[in-house]
Amino acid sequence: MKKKLLLAMVSIMIASLFLAACSSGDEETKGSGEGDNKKDSLVYGRGGDSTSLDPITTTEGESYKVTINIFETLLTYGEQDTTLHPGLAEEWEASEDGLTYTLKLREDVKFHDGTDFNAEAVVFNFERWMNGNDEQFPYYSMFGGYKGDEGHVIKEVKAEDEYTVVFTLNRPQAPFLKNLAMSCFGIASPTALKEQGDDNFSKNPVGTGPFKFVEWKANDSIVLEKNEDYYVDGQPKLNQLIFKVIPDNSTRLNSLSTGEIDLMDGVNPTDLEKIKSDSNLQTIERPSMNVGYLGFNVTKKPYDNAKVRQALSHAVDKQAIIDSFYSGLAVPAKNPMPDSIEGYNDEISDYEYDLDKAKKLLAEAGYPDGFKSELWAIPVARPYIPEGNKIAQVIQESWGKIGVDVEIKTVDWATYLDQAAAGDYPAYMLGWTGDNGDPDNFLYTLLDKDSIGSNNYSHYANDKLHDVLIEAQTEVDQEKRNELYKQAQEIIHEDAPWIPLVHSTPLLAASADVSGFVPHPTGSDYFKNVEFK
Amino acid sequence: MLSYTIRRLLSVIPVLIGMTIIVFAIVRAIPGDPAQVILGQRATADAIASLTKELGLDQPWYIQYFDYIKQLFSGDLGTSLRTKTPIMEEVWPYIAATLELTFVAMLLAVFIGVNAGIISAWFSNSWFDYLAMVLALIGVSMPIFWLGLMEQWAFSIQLGWLPTSGRENIRDPIDSITNLYLIDTLIQGNFGQFMTAVKHLILPSVALATIPMAIIARMTRSTMLEVMKSDFIRTARAKGVSMFWVVYKHSLKNAFIPVLTVIGLQTGLLLGGAILTETIFAWPGIGRYLYDAINYRDYPVIQSGILLIATAFVFINLIVDLLYALVDPRIKYSK
Repeated sequence: MKKKLLLAMVSIMIASLFLAACSSGDEETKGSGEGDNKKDSLVYGRGGDSTSLDPITTTEGESYKVTINIFETLLTYGEQDTTLHPGLAEEWEASEDGLTYTLKLREDVKFHDGTDFNAEAVVFNFERWMNGNDEQFPYYSMFGGYKGDEGHVIKEVKAEDEYTVVFTLNRPQAPFLKNLAMSCFGIASPTALKEQGDDNFSKNPVGTGPFKFVEWKANDSIVLEKNEDYYVDGQPKLNQLIFKVIPDNSTRLNSLSTGEIDLMDGVNPTDLEKIKSDSNLQTIERPSMNVGYLGFNVTKKPYDNAKVRQALSHAVDKQAIIDSFYSGLAVPAKNPMPDSIEGYNDEISDYEYDLDKAKKLLAEAGYPDGFKSELWAIPVARPYIPEGNKIAQVIQESWGKIGVDVEIKTVDWATYLDQAAAGDYPAYMLGWTGDNGDPDNFLYTLLDKDSIGSNNYSHYANDKLHDVLIEAQTEVDQEKRNELYKQAQEIIHEDAPWIPLVHSTPLLAASADVSGFVPHPTGSDYFKNVEFK
Repeated sequence: MLSYTIRRLLSVIPVLIGMTIIVFAIVRAIPGDPAQVILGQRATADAIASLTKELGLDQPWYIQYFDYIKQLFSGDLGTSLRTKTPIMEEVWPYIAATLELTFVAMLLAVFIGVNAGIISAWFSNSWFDYLAMVLALIGVSMPIFWLGLMEQWAFSIQLGWLPTSGRENIRDPIDSITNLYLIDTLIQGNFGQFMTAVKHLILPSVALATIPMAIIARMTRSTMLEVMKSDFIRTARAKGVSMFWVVYKHSLKNAFIPVLTVIGLQTGLLLGGAILTETIFAWPGIGRYLYDAINYRDYPVIQSGILLIATAFVFINLIVDLLYALVDPRIKYSK
């Protein structure tokens, strides 16, 4: 009797659970909404949300991924590189002295709110930016500050006629045009800006791009729709473009497998084989524009001695690290910038992995028995360093063989960046993804003495390097500029403030029927040519 | 009952005051100049001075505290540094998402946990008892991350029954009114969308319910075992009351106080934002909101987030206290 009762009760519990599950199971096929014959809505799964949809107010890549499809810049980059191409400006011309740039604008462009795009609109945008401050527009550092600042590059922006804009500069700036093509300088509708004010505009962006903004559910999704009046016939091909936040890489891949999303970034290299074996999926490699490195604080003992830094450079097996942690999706780095960037110095030969040489150099530096120190491991997965702690362990082991005994430490990401910038870490791991594809954006931004306190975490100051980098900034002749940057890389190689570790190839995955998607090295991708097969 | 309720409500006030003091102290306890920390290394002196003023940091602490309380009373939780939006405006969708998930998860945990515990106690030392308790032990020690991914693998990829993540079908979004999608879809009379919302809730709520469910089952079993050995149960049985009623009415009511305590504590914990579950299932809840804020050093959001969660915790416990009196009438008479 008792047994029967038990069985009966257990059956009831199971049955009730089943009922709940089944009643939902039936609806699933209808609810998942892929009933339409022709797919024209693409969902892009990514790890984090945007912070603002007004590109000038942010420095953060997750925002640009979206805004590059809403806003357009005067010039644009090539499909998979950072060469310059027409954008909202059809033609451009620099004066001999590099102080005046004249841009001819397209005449057939309207903002999403119907406002005409013209030279006045461009002037309005630049006036807005130039009169801002650090708190409003953090990225304005590309042009040396704001109106009235001593280092400010732009003297004046003038509308010469309805479709001609003239930029007059205070001093020549070689990467000027490349800067104009950066996502943050997307041209916004003056009408919308005036009506909405800055704060509202960042949630209701209005640009000229192939997609119009529809809705933003914070930390969840951003929905864009086709701009029917886009000036290029037949573009965009999608009706709807949705950015969906799925923080966990494995979940994102699961969602891709089930068709809930169509495209994802941030694929774990270890999932590569799994994706390749699934005929419904495809992998897509993003060209590298990054560097992952191990930096030394050159003001701290014993790393103030270049010989010590060189010795340790000889004691890192980069290929082994790439094989273990990048699934081969990376190349060993010997310079602070990848070879996709103009001015890369391929003549430099890397400090080869050679422990005897390392030992000898250490002895010459006065540390025949090695020393004790700390190595700070990057706490979050970045494209250039996916597993900071494990890579640190490999380096720890290899340095141990030459008597350098390091303790691996880490802390939360925000604190890590702060303390690294303050120079608290004797040795640390970090990386950089390029913004505008210019060598200046790597070498000057990361290693010039002007950048100490911001991105020069090594506190590395070399006056000779500084002179070369400053000269390159104002040199308008591209050939001469490249020579200067090659020279700069030699100086850096000799001083070894970093051990450049890798240039990684970020991996994306998509359903097999997605076509026309060409990932850009900057990490912000155009979707105007994307469609479903 | 009324005087009991009032007494309990009054006792909440000092707790809330204590909470505001702690939360207030957090931002002031940041080593160094909070304005500098918030603005970062590249901040100009002007920007730091203006933020110091904005935060009221140039005032004596007691004035700062009263200003802060005044702000809270006027419903101002500050402005997010990251999104530059008033927190009051942006926080509700996150709270709603967490509320919905917590509610469903606790419903599952209580329904299954309590019943499994009762049946285990009723048929103690039977195969069901052993099985349930082994499962409960596994449940308590299960890594949520792993469980979540396994659920996705089984129910989304292999069986194709349920979506892997999110709250809605992103290609056919739910129009939000209250941001509680179960309620919104019912208001709109859209049964299809209601089922979509339910389906999206199942995997995360099961993952989230696992640990509380196991704890509740174990707790119910042990208290039920104790109660079922007592004299009045034997008397009830002797009087011929059916076993079912003895268990579900007489015993359960007496065994329920400790279980209720556990349920209250667990609900409070879940409301605090189940960061892991919300991360794996891409659930845009308060846990992730707070987690992102910590990563971006968004102090106003951290401050207000903690305050909101702590307040929820306090009120859940208040509700549990009031339920005690309903379950056990003796409680409301004691001091």
